[in-house]
Amino acid sequence: MPDPSPRRPVQPHGLVAVLFWIVRKASRGRIALRGQHVLKVGFVVVVAFVLMTVLANRLPALNGYHPSLYRDAPRLEGPSAAHWMGTDQLQRDVFSRILSGGKASLIVAFSAVALSMTVGSLLGWISGFAGGWLDRVLSLTMDAIYSFPSMILAIVLVAMFGSGIAPMIWAVGFVYIPTYFRVTRAEVLQVRETSYIEAIRAVGASNTRIVLRHVAPNTVNAIMAVSSFNLADAILTVAALSFLGFGLPPPAPDWGFDIQNGQKYLQSGAWWLITFPGIMIIALSLGFGLIGEGISDLVNPKRKRKRV
Amino acid sequence: MGGVGRYIIQRVLLTIPMVFILLTVVFLLLRVMPGNPVMSMLGGRNVSAEVIAEYEHRYGFDQPLYVQYAQYLAGVVRGDFGTSYRTGKPVLQELFLRFPATIELGVCGILVAAVFGFTTGLIAATRADRPADHAVRVFHIASFAMPLFWLGLMLQVIFAVKLGWLPVASRLGGRMAFTFKQITGFYMLDAVLRWDGKALADIVRHLVLPSITLGIALTGLQGRITRASMLEVLDMDYITTARSKGLRERVVVLRHALRNALIPIVTVFGLQFAVLMGGAVLTETVFSWPGIASYLVRSIEARDYYAIQGSVVFIALFISVINLIVDVFYSMIDPRVRY
Repeated sequence: MPDPSPRRPVQPHGLVAVLFWIVRKASRGRIALRGQHVLKVGFVVVVAFVLMTVLANRLPALNGYHPSLYRDAPRLEGPSAAHWMGTDQLQRDVFSRILSGGKASLIVAFSAVALSMTVGSLLGWISGFAGGWLDRVLSLTMDAIYSFPSMILAIVLVAMFGSGIAPMIWAVGFVYIPTYFRVTRAEVLQVRETSYIEAIRAVGASNTRIVLRHVAPNTVNAIMAVSSFNLADAILTVAALSFLGFGLPPPAPDWGFDIQNGQKYLQSGAWWLITFPGIMIIALSLGFGLIGEGISDLVNPKRKRKRV
Repeated sequence: MGGVGRYIIQRVLLTIPMVFILLTVVFLLLRVMPGNPVMSMLGGRNVSAEVIAEYEHRYGFDQPLYVQYAQYLAGVVRGDFGTSYRTGKPVLQELFLRFPATIELGVCGILVAAVFGFTTGLIAATRADRPADHAVRVFHIASFAMPLFWLGLMLQVIFAVKLGWLPVASRLGGRMAFTFKQITGFYMLDAVLRWDGKALADIVRHLVLPSITLGIALTGLQGRITRASMLEVLDMDYITTARSKGLRERVVVLRHALRNALIPIVTVFGLQFAVLMGGAVLTETVFSWPGIASYLVRSIEARDYYAIQGSVVFIALFISVINLIVDVFYSMIDPRVRY
């Protein structure tokens, strides 16, 4: 049967093409990326932010002003041609702090999600496959953590671990473990009952082989969609932790911390100190959110219209 | 016993391990973390070893870990959450003192979310795939990506600092903050009970910005669920029947579709209480709101162990109770649900 739509889609180039290749491989080539605009926009936003942050941290004086050195820039002045986003109370250029201020957010979000994905999925596979008392204890523990407000738990944990990048990774990573546990466990329980698993068992495959070769790959799709939404949420959590003062120590540039700093000058009308870092946080979180939307549409095409 | 009664008892029993697990995790982590509580209690000053030992003895920190744990558990069971060493008052008493402030803010936030989320979701569903629908969906996704504390600060800048329409922070302004006599701690209710119109107006004015901040955070999820649920119901055969009978679209949507669409919407409402409490931490911090969440943050800064533990257990219990109420309510609006 001839292809009903002869128009060939434009192929993506460069880094975007590589990312698409990963998505396609990870989902075992079952998806077409034609017309996935939401996904593409999300990818472009996130890639742009990563490039910007890496570049700005490699070359601190990218736009002529160092983000954390005190210069002869005017003190607390609104946006102008010389300082696009104004200056802060320590005579630093806000724009150059914006460029490099996403470092902690990106590092913590990616590492924390990787951590919770690994631990959570492993526990989920084990729990779902083993069943019995182990499953019951793990599920109960995970449900307990899950039902507690993740933001509060992250704050309590980071307060215990101390402030900085590593403690934030542990705290945020711990908070998201139940999310992956629940997703993988539910998938495993579903897959476990299918007849092909029964057939493989009848052939004499070991439990380890069944989990690794046949059950785990089936959970990848769900985990991918969840992890993008998770990254979006992690960006907000990290920003909140930094805002409360648990993030990078000053004078390192950081969006969340810069907002807290700007709060002090809010009464005097210095709106630029908080407005611009906030817009960056929203844009990055939105980028991850769009990727999540896109992947969910791919994994479950029926969802596209309903968008739950 | 009836189905619902047995279900409630089951759920209450299931709450116990949940609270127990959280309590244990927090207890252990607090004891493992670096930093000496006695030192922070004494303000990190240069104090002699004897004084430190005396304080450790007084607060039981010289006991083995399992003894401390057992003592703490025994206390919690009796309703004794320990004494805060920042303020010297029983933790539970402090929590109850701040609880009404958080509830008042939370209820107003939920109302904002309900109104915004529900109406926008309804608009989007009835105009599916048209410009209004796209606009609403962008708004919903953006509200997910919005840092709460930032939204709060922006509202402060615009409506309190630049325009001067509303107060920047706290629950009551000016002299009234000292002269206002509480009864229940729910200020709005108190003002009504005291028949104090001026105070009520001021209280409401103080509530507007924090409630909107907290409410917007929940609007996205609420709106998306409303939209999805309505779309699903509007696709059903009985809606087509209603339309072909010649009923007006307004009647079809509001009287026939809405009731069935409500079920998932109410469910999500209950689940949002956890998100709400998380959002309350940031909202209360930004608006200097004297609630439980800001109490927790200040206790963390002071490493006030008993206050941190107490707050966590209290919040966990509160959320379990809310979830239980939502579940029971759920069985009431949907007669098909049986336990």
